[in-house]
Formats: sequence, structure tokens, C-alpha cells
Amino acid sequence: MADVTASDSALRRFLHGLPGVDAVGLQARTATLGTRSIKTTAKAYAIDLAISMIDLTTLEGADTPGKVRALCAKGISPDPTDRTTPQVAAICVYGDMVATAKEALTGSGIHVAAVATAFPSGRASLPVKLADTRDAVAAGADEIDMVIDRGAFLSGRYLEVFEEIRRVKEACVREDGSGTAAHLKVIFETGELQTYDNVRRASWLAMLAGADFIKTSTGKVAVNATPPVTLVLLEAVRDFRAAVGVQVGVKPAGGIRTSKDAIKYLVMVNETLGDDWLSPEWFRFGASSLLNDLLMQRQKLSTGRYSGPDYVTVD
Amino acid sequence: MSERLSVLKTYKLFVGGKFPRSESGRVYEVTDAKGKWLANAPLASRKDARDAVVAARKAFGGWSGATAYNRGQILYRVAEMLEGRRGQFVAEVAEAEGLSKSKAGLQVDTAIDRWVWYAGWSDKVAQIAGAANPVAGPYFNLSTPEPTGVVAVLAPQESSFLGLVSVIAPAIVTGNTAVVVAGERAPLPALSLGEVLATSDLPGGVVNVLSGRTAEIAAPLASHQDVNAIDLAGADPELATELERAAAENLKRVLRPQPVDWTAAPDTARLLTFLETKTVWHPTGA
Repeated sequence: MADVTASDSALRRFLHGLPGVDAVGLQARTATLGTRSIKTTAKAYAIDLAISMIDLTTLEGADTPGKVRALCAKGISPDPTDRTTPQVAAICVYGDMVATAKEALTGSGIHVAAVATAFPSGRASLPVKLADTRDAVAAGADEIDMVIDRGAFLSGRYLEVFEEIRRVKEACVREDGSGTAAHLKVIFETGELQTYDNVRRASWLAMLAGADFIKTSTGKVAVNATPPVTLVLLEAVRDFRAAVGVQVGVKPAGGIRTSKDAIKYLVMVNETLGDDWLSPEWFRFGASSLLNDLLMQRQKLSTGRYSGPDYVTVD
Repeated sequence: MSERLSVLKTYKLFVGGKFPRSESGRVYEVTDAKGKWLANAPLASRKDARDAVVAARKAFGGWSGATAYNRGQILYRVAEMLEGRRGQFVAEVAEAEGLSKSKAGLQVDTAIDRWVWYAGWSDKVAQIAGAANPVAGPYFNLSTPEPTGVVAVLAPQESSFLGLVSVIAPAIVTGNTAVVVAGERAPLPALSLGEVLATSDLPGGVVNVLSGRTAEIAAPLASHQDVNAIDLAGADPELATELERAAAENLKRVLRPQPVDWTAAPDTARLLTFLETKTVWHPTGA
């Protein structure tokens, strides 16, 4: 696959040579998968799995160290009244909150994910984006969520986007001499990419550039993760592994608020990719309010009584 | 000219200001007092009950936060709409309860008057249930009644419209929102009331009407952790005991079933049941 990234024209030829997405078929497929009925023990399993896949997120201008610490405490013990509740996968914060989160999560095994590269717009020069990334990695981030330059992508400068992802990936290497690197998640902001074809192209582009995860959205625009868009990503990682032999993770983010939605996504993962991706290592939910709904559903299953918002935290 | 085909009405639930069918897709046959088929009513499931509670909770902030004056105006508007649909309700009550047109008419008139009576209480209940308490110190000590939250209401089985109005109006006039389980045998007036409420400026979700088996719908409502009170008017003694036990789990306010003559003028008991008292201290100043 190395030759397809040799030049701008080769990359364009490759990306535009990808099969087009059948939009109607895609929507019909997700609608069909969305009708699966997941009940009782399967539902309990799905809820716990979904909780363990959450990147519990706070990305507000008003974030304080106290709020981040509270979120970390919640991530470690989502339901203090029921210790069998699994931990979340990661806490996702802005770069300047990484040290606070890292300290609050010491010993828990929960990762700290930092958004970087001028999140959410991605409108900054490359040196600034790289500095942003290095700063978060130096502060201890285990995962970096970068945004692509949609302006460059939409105007067809694919190699520029490719190079940018590659450079950010290099910046994820820790400078402590351990030779390890933070995991790189690449956000496409699919709500701004206009077409499913573009989403498929962006997926391949990011995977070729070395993304460890591909992620739908920032959660900061009107249209965030949708089931059809996520299915395009899932098919892309499946085809990429078949072609190149490298497994890449998927993270839908934004707008997933209910357990029902989360379970629909899990059904999609299982039907498209199978067991290999059904773990927090390969599939994540970028969400904040989803966790409370999952906890309420979990309480319903364990007590038989419908729970309410009085029995979960106010975030 | 050929004979005109009649247009049969599809009765539906009233949840969150919309008219959904039961999530379960089920219906049951509703008959008149002599057993003749009248219509199919939705047979609501526990998931419909859950959805109704979510809708009621969502509506609570706006409705309880509206001024008492505004709530009174909206409830009065409901009475105006009821007046306009009087004929329909008279027919439905007559069929449901096997009454003559004139007796049913009396029931409907009493129900509308009762609605107006309760509407008037919206900006007066604080004077009755609140107080300026004398305390040993230079403080104003003021108690004011506040709505308790989401109230599950099991409508009376024996009075399909007058009884129904007599349990809904006192629950919502003070700012609560309600999930109403219509009488099992005669739910049609309750489902039609939903259509009136939907066109009366009442925000969606303040009143939600479910029809079906009272015992089936009431059980999840009684144990629901996000329901603050339950009116057991429509439960038989055995069911009431069971529901009261389930309601104890999150300390719901419970109004036990009692023999009520719905045609008699009510007192404020129902109105005052679903209130919480908030007391504030404030220095009197110099």
C-alpha cells in the first residue's frame, strides 16, 4: 500500500477509486440492524460492555480541575451503590486538564485521552498543532484525539491531510525514552464531510497515515455520530484489516445518549466486525450523558424497578 | 345515493402531548354497560408507563415553574374546550356507564364545573397550605406549598369522567405533572379528555393518559423511582396494598382509595395531598 501515498495524485487516484457508498442501502442496513431486540442477559452484557467502552468526556470552556476530578471519580466508580459496575475506558479532556485527570486516575488503569490539534475546528498551523499534541503527551496523555483539517480534505489536498496525521502520530511518541507512544484517534467531523463517500475516503486516508482509532465527530457541530456514518467507518476498518493486516479501532462520538442507541451500535459492531472489535481496546463511545442512562438501565435490571435521574450524579 | 360508510375512531394513548399507539401494539375491546362493542382502546404496557413518566418528568420543570396565575388560566381554558365538546362527552359517558342522556349530561356539567373550581385554586392554595410561622427570634418564617413532582393517578373505575376529572385536576393545578391510568372498563372518556388537553395550551407531558389493565400498568408506576406520589383511587383493596408496599421503596406519597361520592362537592384534601412544604427563614431587619 506504500505506493498509494507516494504522491498527491496517487493518493487521490486511490481514494477516488474506492467503491462508492450506496447511501440508500447503507441506511436500510443500519435501520434493519437497529430493530434487533436485545433483552435480559444479553442486555445486561451489552450494558456492562458499553459502560466499559465509554470515553467519559468533558470538553467545555467552563471545565475546572474540580469538575475533571469529579468526572474521574465517576469513571472509576460509575455507580458507588453497585461495585460490580465496570469502569469506563478513558476520561477525555482538553490538553491543559491532562495532568489533573492523570493524577485523579492514578492506579485505576483508566486512560486519559486529550483532544489536540486545535480541537474542535482544527484551524491552526501545523507547528501549533504539533506543539499542542506534544504538550498533551508530555503531560501524560495515553490517547490523543486529533481533528483533521476539513478545509484541506474538502478542497482535495489529501496528501496534506495525510502528512499532518503522520506528523501528529510522530508527535505522539513519548519523549521519556521509553519508545512508547500515545494512541492516536483521528476525528473526521463527519457532519462536515457532506457525503458518505468522503467519510469512506477519510477513513482510508487516516488508516494509511497510521491512525490507531478513527472517530466520527467532535460533538461540537450540529450533526454528530449517526449509525450510517459509523457503519461506513466499521466497514472501512474491516476492509483495511483484510487488505493490510492492521486492526484499527472505531469511536463514534456525540449524540449517543441512550442505552438503546448504544446497544444499536454494539449490534452493528458485532454484525460488521464480530468479536474482534467488541472490546474497549477496539471500540469506544465518546459520550457524557450516555453513562447515566446506562446506569439507570443497569439499576432497572438489577432491582426490577425503573430508576430515575435522582439516583445518578448530576454532571 | 349510496349509504355513507361510518368513520370509526382510533382511540390512542396521550403521552408527552402526542397520541401514540401502545408500544406493545396491543388493543382491547371496550364495551358499553350492556356489553355491546364500542371501540378498541390501546392496552398499554409497562414500557408505555415508563415513557409516560419520562414525559411527565420532562414537563415538570416548566409546569411547576409557571406562575400560578398562568396555570389557572390554562386550566380554565381546558374547561372552555370541554364545554365545546360537551356533546361528545355526554354520549361517551352515557354509553360507558349506561346512563340516560340527561343523567350523563349532569355528570359532564358537574365535571366541567369541578374543573373550573379546581382551576381557581391555583393562586389560592398557598394561602391555605402556607403560613407565616411565629418563631422565637427576629425572623420571618414562611412556609409555602410546592408541588411534589410526578404523580401517578389511577382513575376511579366507577366514574369514567366525573371521577377522572376529580382526580386529575387537583393533582396538576398545584404544579405537579401526572401519569393517569384510565378506568379499565370505560377508558374512552379519558382518552378523549387527552384530545381536549392537547388543544388547551397545556404543555405536552403535564397530563399523560394510559389505558389498559390497571394492575399491569400500576405496578411499574408504583415501584418507579422517578415517580413522587401515587393516587390509588382506581385500585381495589388487594391491589392497593400491593402498590402501597411497592411505593414505600422511594417513600412516595400515597393517597389510599376511599369511598367517594364523586357528585358531592369536594374539599381541598386531594389538592393538599400532593404538596411538599418549603419553609424559609429570613431576618426581619431593623
